[in-house]
Amino acid sequence: MMNEERRAFIKKSGLGVLACMGAASGLIPKFSLEKTVLPAWDEKQVPGKIRWGMLIDTRKCIEGCKECVAQCHHVHNVPDFNNRKDEVKWIWKSSYNKVFPTASQQFQSEKIAGRSYLALCNHCADSPCTRVCPTEATFKRWDGIVAMDYHRCIGCRFCMAACPYGSRSFNWQDPRTAIKDPSLAYPTREQGVVEKCNFCSDRLVKGLLPACVEACPQQVMTFGDLNDPKSEIRGLLENNETMQRKPELGTKPSVFYII
Amino acid sequence: MIEKALKGNRNYWIWISFLALVIASGISAYSQQRWFGLTVTGMGRDVSWGLYIAQFTFLVGVAASAVMVVLPYYLHNYKAFGKIVIIGEFLAVSATLMCLLFILADMGRPDRVLNVMLYPSPHSMVFWDVMVLNGYFIINLVSGWTVLGAERKGIPPPRWVKPVIYLSIPWAVSIHTVTAFLYAGLPGRHLWLTAVLAPRFLASAFAAGTSLLILLTIILKKTTGFDAGSEAREKLAVLATYAGVTNFFLIGTEFFTALYSNIPSHMHSLQYLFFGLEGHSNLVPWMWFSLMIGLGSVVVLLIPALRASSKWLPAACAGLVISIWIDKGVGLILGGFVPSPLEDIVEYSPTLIEIAITLGIWAIGALLLTVLLKVAVAVKTQE
Repeated sequence: MMNEERRAFIKKSGLGVLACMGAASGLIPKFSLEKTVLPAWDEKQVPGKIRWGMLIDTRKCIEGCKECVAQCHHVHNVPDFNNRKDEVKWIWKSSYNKVFPTASQQFQSEKIAGRSYLALCNHCADSPCTRVCPTEATFKRWDGIVAMDYHRCIGCRFCMAACPYGSRSFNWQDPRTAIKDPSLAYPTREQGVVEKCNFCSDRLVKGLLPACVEACPQQVMTFGDLNDPKSEIRGLLENNETMQRKPELGTKPSVFYII
Repeated sequence: MIEKALKGNRNYWIWISFLALVIASGISAYSQQRWFGLTVTGMGRDVSWGLYIAQFTFLVGVAASAVMVVLPYYLHNYKAFGKIVIIGEFLAVSATLMCLLFILADMGRPDRVLNVMLYPSPHSMVFWDVMVLNGYFIINLVSGWTVLGAERKGIPPPRWVKPVIYLSIPWAVSIHTVTAFLYAGLPGRHLWLTAVLAPRFLASAFAAGTSLLILLTIILKKTTGFDAGSEAREKLAVLATYAGVTNFFLIGTEFFTALYSNIPSHMHSLQYLFFGLEGHSNLVPWMWFSLMIGLGSVVVLLIPALRASSKWLPAACAGLVISIWIDKGVGLILGGFVPSPLEDIVEYSPTLIEIAITLGIWAIGALLLTVLLKVAVAVKTQE
């Protein structure tokens, strides 16, 4: 009888300690086991205050190197079905005429037309995908990232029809069977929902740069706040001739290229 | 009133059993799709909508075409449509149900379908489409059933049903306009990015839906002896004719704008559909067949003697339905995905599972229509 009560007491006090730790980590970010830093916590989330963007200096990108793709797809548990129909991809390399089909093609130098270019979600300022989503499963965050709520997505694939960049993938089958080396950094998805590049919002909140930016051996990508005139990315945009994909559609991509 | 659908001759029950079989095979195919995912269909990363969404688009048109009998009868008191109006309304009910089922079949997570209502997003055309389709289903079922019920009792229909019927007229236009807006507002899908898509949808709907209605009255006459009247059929045939002419005129304007402007992105989808693109030409025979049989049917319908003929009329109506089914139910949706935003040409063909599910949904629609029309005919003929 006595023992039973002691057991119950120890159990309950243990739970109490855990609850205190949970509450403390919520109130004081330093106490949390998983470190989170600015800007999600320290800064007030004013919509439109930050606009995360990326500049890709394609001149520095090594032909055949796929470090960024491999790292991104590993970190985010992107499945590899090895067939085109079921393919899921967040970032990939493609030819000039496919990534920039509306850019000047005629008599383009072999040096430029023959290279591969990185393609990923553009996190458009005026994103057609979020406009058409009937459940706001894909939505624009306060910091300009076009995010996905995998638990709300009904799998209607309207966003796929609306995206003019082919940046969205659907889980035509259970993705978990096709993840060779699962990562604990990011949850896996279920069959029947759409997914895409999240600009590493999962890493930004921990104060890390996007996985692709970090993985690149040539520092091809520069990531930063497009709304901050003093940021490195704005400096590069100021001093280089850059382009966006299909700018004529008015989507205002946040991914820029130096060709 | 529904008990009237439980009494029928041998052929009626053979037909019902046949539909039940097709539905059962559809359900079994659907259980596979639910288990293994939409990978069991022919759809993929590049062509991400297929047979389901195409059927949905075609059937919204069939549903909308009820307005072609409701408007003359209730607004202009055109008495010749007295017997056909209920057939139009019940056809609309069945077609709308099929539309909703096709949307459901296309979803990756149909278990979350209520999210459309739980998180209403007016910026999304899907939200409006779900609203107007459900509304249209209810409006037509309620008005058709109520008027029929009153007729059975030999009393005039209740006064409140009149405004509901009037509401169904603009509502019919709205369902197909909103459906066109699903496609016509997407940047980078040039086949769909055209202001005439909604007018074209309405024209093709009024041509195909009305033709289908004419065919239904002929079938009803053959199977039940219930005749909606040859005057009604002829009048409907005239409506179908001009809707058909308008439809082909609008298709022609699409060709002109795309080809004369010579803008590659505007030409590519049409080139793919009608001439093939970079060696990919799966749909070329379909599209030419659609164009030829459609134009041929319109020509037949334009000649008064042939239009009045009991042989030519059903043939031309069937031709128009098939033509527009291919145009809307195959070409329009698939063509919109070719080439892909990354300039890839991927050809789609449906799988057996996909076809079984599609046939199953058509059978559900046919079953509902059969039951509703059985009741209607029983009431009308005072069985």
